[in-house]
Amino acid sequence: MKKVTTYTLLILCSLLFIAPLFWAVTTALKSQQELYLFPPKWFPSVWRFSNFAEAWSIQPFNLFMKNTLIVTLLSTLGQLVSCTLVAYGFARFQFKGRDGLFLIVLATMMIPWEVTMIPQYMEFNYLGWINTLKPLIVPSWFGSAYFIFLLRQFIMTLPKELDEAATIDGAGRMTVLLRIIVPLMGPSLILVAVFHMMSCWNDYLGPLIFLNDQTKYTLTLGLSQFKGMHGVDMQSIMAITCLISIPPLAVFFFAQRYIVGGIATTGIKG
Amino acid sequence: MAHTDMTYSQQQTAAPKRLGIKRWGGAVPYLFIFPWIFGFLVFTLGPLLFSLIISFFDWPIVGQVTFVGIDNYVEMFSNDPLFWKSLFVTLKFAALFVPLNIIVALGLAMLLNQNVKGSAFFRTAFYLPSVISGVALAMIWSWVYSGDYGILNYFLSLVGIEGPDWLNDTKWSLVAMVIASLWGQGSMMLIFLAGLKGIPKDLYESASMDGAGKIRQFFNVTIPMITPTLLFNLITSIIAAFQQLTLALLLTGGGPLKSTYFYAMYMYENAFKYFKMGYSAANAWFMFLIVLTLTFLVFKSSEAWVFYEGEMKTKKEKAKPKRAKRGPQASREGSSI
Repeated sequence: MKKVTTYTLLILCSLLFIAPLFWAVTTALKSQQELYLFPPKWFPSVWRFSNFAEAWSIQPFNLFMKNTLIVTLLSTLGQLVSCTLVAYGFARFQFKGRDGLFLIVLATMMIPWEVTMIPQYMEFNYLGWINTLKPLIVPSWFGSAYFIFLLRQFIMTLPKELDEAATIDGAGRMTVLLRIIVPLMGPSLILVAVFHMMSCWNDYLGPLIFLNDQTKYTLTLGLSQFKGMHGVDMQSIMAITCLISIPPLAVFFFAQRYIVGGIATTGIKG
Repeated sequence: MAHTDMTYSQQQTAAPKRLGIKRWGGAVPYLFIFPWIFGFLVFTLGPLLFSLIISFFDWPIVGQVTFVGIDNYVEMFSNDPLFWKSLFVTLKFAALFVPLNIIVALGLAMLLNQNVKGSAFFRTAFYLPSVISGVALAMIWSWVYSGDYGILNYFLSLVGIEGPDWLNDTKWSLVAMVIASLWGQGSMMLIFLAGLKGIPKDLYESASMDGAGKIRQFFNVTIPMITPTLLFNLITSIIAAFQQLTLALLLTGGGPLKSTYFYAMYMYENAFKYFKMGYSAANAWFMFLIVLTLTFLVFKSSEAWVFYEGEMKTKKEKAKPKRAKRGPQASREGSSI
């Protein structure tokens, strides 16, 4: 009896979470006449897959996708390189002020983005970077507190003897990091890459503030543009919504194991 | 900082070789963490201080910069109805969103923790909306909420309720925001789930032997044992409530009649619509202080209600190898969907 209640609740709740997504997909496949019906139809009478191509051509989405890919790939690469270096520095060295500095790393996670948003805008404006992709890429090359914390925790679990043995064999610190530590960091590096790729791909406020020329737009910005456009039908908006949600969903399914574990660790240790 | 260290060590190369090596050795750790130090100074600390400074200026994006002392702050408190309006809207949103977010996430986590078949499938279902972009989320909900053709009102009509025009009704627009935000609770649920999994089973066994029913067990075992997780999620929810901007911009644009005009949106418009950088920086600092105060109060109060037992720590240490053992099982679960 108790089991039945649990399953009923689980199924009802998952419907609540999935139904809007499901409806977005079927809306994307409907014809214009079928959109505005009440009661609404769950399934289109004809599945119009051509809606996707039509919606894609309303705005230069190919260009937006190119921009999004450039930003996502370059900034993810930056996060991986910089956070690995910094995490290794904090995990494996004794130096003056280390614990104090690490406390600052953690404290920066508490600073709301809104507070630094305006000066950063002015900084990038001064550098002439507004309306380029640089503000969305360059900061990633200098580490982010959350990932540094995550990687440092992981490196701390690796036995120190590994480093020491390699050092005795004459390896420098950088060699130790690249040859010994990094190959063991696989899962945590995947986690960082996946988290950052998703947040970068999905980012809206960054591009909104730093970009103003359409040729520099990212996908999310392009999608949001539909909001103010006239004569764009809901099936096109939903088609683009579905299309740009595919990559993060695919990455999620591919890396689900790492993500679930990663989020769980944060909460418990944080 | 690291830079001066480096030049100093370079000067030392003239000194005896051993000393030189030692000097370099001293600088090496700083070289590793240098990216963060640089990023911290240029993208965090610098902007943080700079935003405090410009909050005392009349600072348009182009044109004359003038020092105005505390005028921005005075203006905000005494002469700007939008400031109070947006602050009130945000507090109202937070008062609804924060408790509901925690209840929903904890409730779902507890359902998943019941040892049910297919829990990986349900977990994925609850987490999916958290994977997609806030823009996609806003687009989907604006369609779901549509007064005439929306699926939500269709469902309500099935049970005989005539749904409101959610996003254009001042009574319902904020509620609509809360519901759409709750949809993205996935991470919080996963954190709770991990917390629940960490509760030793024998605690429940001895509680039920003492005659405690399910409800007693929930309040006397579950809740105390997950208070550290609860604290983390509470603080994250509060911060999230104050930063809510994407949904406001795309779902309602702050309307109708400013009923969803969040503080973050007020700040955003002052900066990037009216280009009053100094004023907006003052807004931002005020928000920062509110969030810091709330966080501090929650932390302070947590001494009374968060349960960290010394004994728990040693248990956790012991539990570590256990968790590693659980690894393959968890991954099997993950791949079963």
